[in-house]
Amino acid sequence: MNPIYLDNNATTRVDPSVVEAMLPYFTEQFGNPSSLHSFGNKVGQALKKARQQVQALIGAEHDSEIIFTSCGTESDSTAILSALKVQPERKEIITTTVEHPAILALCQHLEKEGYTVHYLKVDGKGRLDLDEYAKLLSDKVAIVSVMWANNETGTLFPVEKMAEMANAKGVMFHTDAVQAVGKVPMDLKSGKIDMLSISGHKLHAPKGIGVLYLRRGARFRPLLRGGHQERGRRAGTENSASIVALGAACEQAQEHLAYENTEVRALRDRLEQGILAQVPNAFVTGDPDNRLPNTCNIAFEYIEGEAILLLLNKQGIAASSGSACTSGSLEPSHVMRAMGIPYTAAHGTVRFSLSRYNTAEEIDRVIAIVPPIIAQLRKLSPYWGENGPVKDPEQAFAPVYA
Amino acid sequence: MWEYSEKVQEHFFNPRNAGALQNANATGEVGSISCGDALRLMLKVDPESERILDASFQTFGCGSAIASSSALTEIIKGMTLDEALKVSNQDIADYLDGLPPEKMHCSVMGREALEAAVANYRGEEWKDDHEEGALICKCFAIDAVMIEDTVRANNLSTVQDVINYTKAGGGCAACHEGIEEILAKVLAERGESFKPAQAASPVAASGKLSTLERVKRIQQVIEEVRPALQRDRGDIELVDIDGKTIYVSMKGACAGCQMEALTLQGVQQKMMEALGEFVKLVPVRATTPAPGLCNPS
Repeated sequence: MNPIYLDNNATTRVDPSVVEAMLPYFTEQFGNPSSLHSFGNKVGQALKKARQQVQALIGAEHDSEIIFTSCGTESDSTAILSALKVQPERKEIITTTVEHPAILALCQHLEKEGYTVHYLKVDGKGRLDLDEYAKLLSDKVAIVSVMWANNETGTLFPVEKMAEMANAKGVMFHTDAVQAVGKVPMDLKSGKIDMLSISGHKLHAPKGIGVLYLRRGARFRPLLRGGHQERGRRAGTENSASIVALGAACEQAQEHLAYENTEVRALRDRLEQGILAQVPNAFVTGDPDNRLPNTCNIAFEYIEGEAILLLLNKQGIAASSGSACTSGSLEPSHVMRAMGIPYTAAHGTVRFSLSRYNTAEEIDRVIAIVPPIIAQLRKLSPYWGENGPVKDPEQAFAPVYA
Repeated sequence: MWEYSEKVQEHFFNPRNAGALQNANATGEVGSISCGDALRLMLKVDPESERILDASFQTFGCGSAIASSSALTEIIKGMTLDEALKVSNQDIADYLDGLPPEKMHCSVMGREALEAAVANYRGEEWKDDHEEGALICKCFAIDAVMIEDTVRANNLSTVQDVINYTKAGGGCAACHEGIEEILAKVLAERGESFKPAQAASPVAASGKLSTLERVKRIQQVIEEVRPALQRDRGDIELVDIDGKTIYVSMKGACAGCQMEALTLQGVQQKMMEALGEFVKLVPVRATTPAPGLCNPS
């Protein structure tokens, strides 16, 4: 039986046409794009085309607003550190409690260096309070960094509106859009977003390539200094094969944008409804009415996520979880905690994230496999009785150092 | 994904003794829901002989928590309570052919459930002294609370102290930033400030050492690392020095320990720093003849 891959928010398969596009840049097209001779020149032209392909997908006004980096994390760090560098008198940052570690760990580190970071809270469905945000915007804030779509729940934040609010107060705005690019239509030239991060491997390009979109005129200081690559804004010889691949992947993503929002969305809904119809004590986390078309995060109460993943994996299904064990920390996912999901459910969250490669047959197989797995683990759970949760679960089982 | 042994996987996929136990007369409930691991151990104890006639578990937890619970029930069935209390968390891990360092706490939870169940049977109150922090040292599975407590109790002030007392940071060294943060915090509490070691690892002056000085330094390094090993019921002894090869004998718990290679690497690194030259540390087994006697190479 073929394995079923439903972990596309972690990473995606490289599109075969993308692989084909990049291969020549390992062999005959090996030149350094900075070189004057024909070896380099041809590669230089290929990079130019890739830049325009990225530009088209996100609706940037100029292709020179596209800076190629090594990954989404590099783009995030570059954006935030640049904003602090160009505005040394501004010592505050606004972000959210549910960002990716690429933002959160950096912000926590910056706090140790004396910066003040405001973490916007979310409600039970993972939504922000824009009044709280409006009150924090001031001339002390160097940058706002808010993700476009949450990687765990798929919940979308109103970043275009938030960028306008920041802009009206003279504050720079960055968004980590690695999950949203290719799934949400974007037209950056008509908005106020100053910086935006893209990660290639989230949209069927290879790992090791990212983009920082930098609006023309936004003040900037590079993270890496050296050669004149990327107009001096990101030194280091270009990863030409991967840049070409990312360009091709962006073109593919644009062509499939409608498909993602109709067909993939329909498969996701079918999966979600199919599971919820059969499994009691399970619910969708995040904001079901406003989320990425490919993502579905379900909390299965009274069992633990890693155990679910291991059993799914045994049957050839790949997904991921917000449990402490899989997050590599002692606490379950910070996103689930921020939404106030109780521990007994937060540890049992499973994220299914689809791609355009998934089929209806696959989804039906998953719908058939998941309910028995949940039932099997609940049989082991101290919170579960014969046919449902024990009465007063929190009281019935109260381990010593809870 | 974690690297689980075949045995762990087998006990997870086919857990033994799972579910509620009818007529149980001893129950231990331990774990932490916030951490996502909790276990109820149920025993049926023969009042005459105090022998465990049957055991079962219910676990809210990950693969290794379920496997550890399953292993625990298999190990203790048929034992008397006193015999069962001699089962350590290491015994549970060994029964499963080892657990990843991040998952050792699952075996600790098993051991604690056992203590709690026995206390419950005997009408005593079981109190855990358990406080778990974020895992800092992944090589030796040492958490923040353990490091912080040790730093406080022993007035430690350097990363090297922490390595000597807890082993944390003695392997790959990637966690030294985390250890420095803990040191800075505790030192600040006692009104001192943390002074990091020199940024570059200090290498002895490259001038050639006299043979006597060289042997002295090697002995000194061995003496420095012994207390940490002895705390884990192990030890190390210098056997011989042959040019750039230093033969040592690993004793007690260190001999055959899964971490032996890591421990040796750490000691070798210290040797090289102390001597300012490359040396190789080779463990000599008690059963193998001393080098140089009949070793043809």
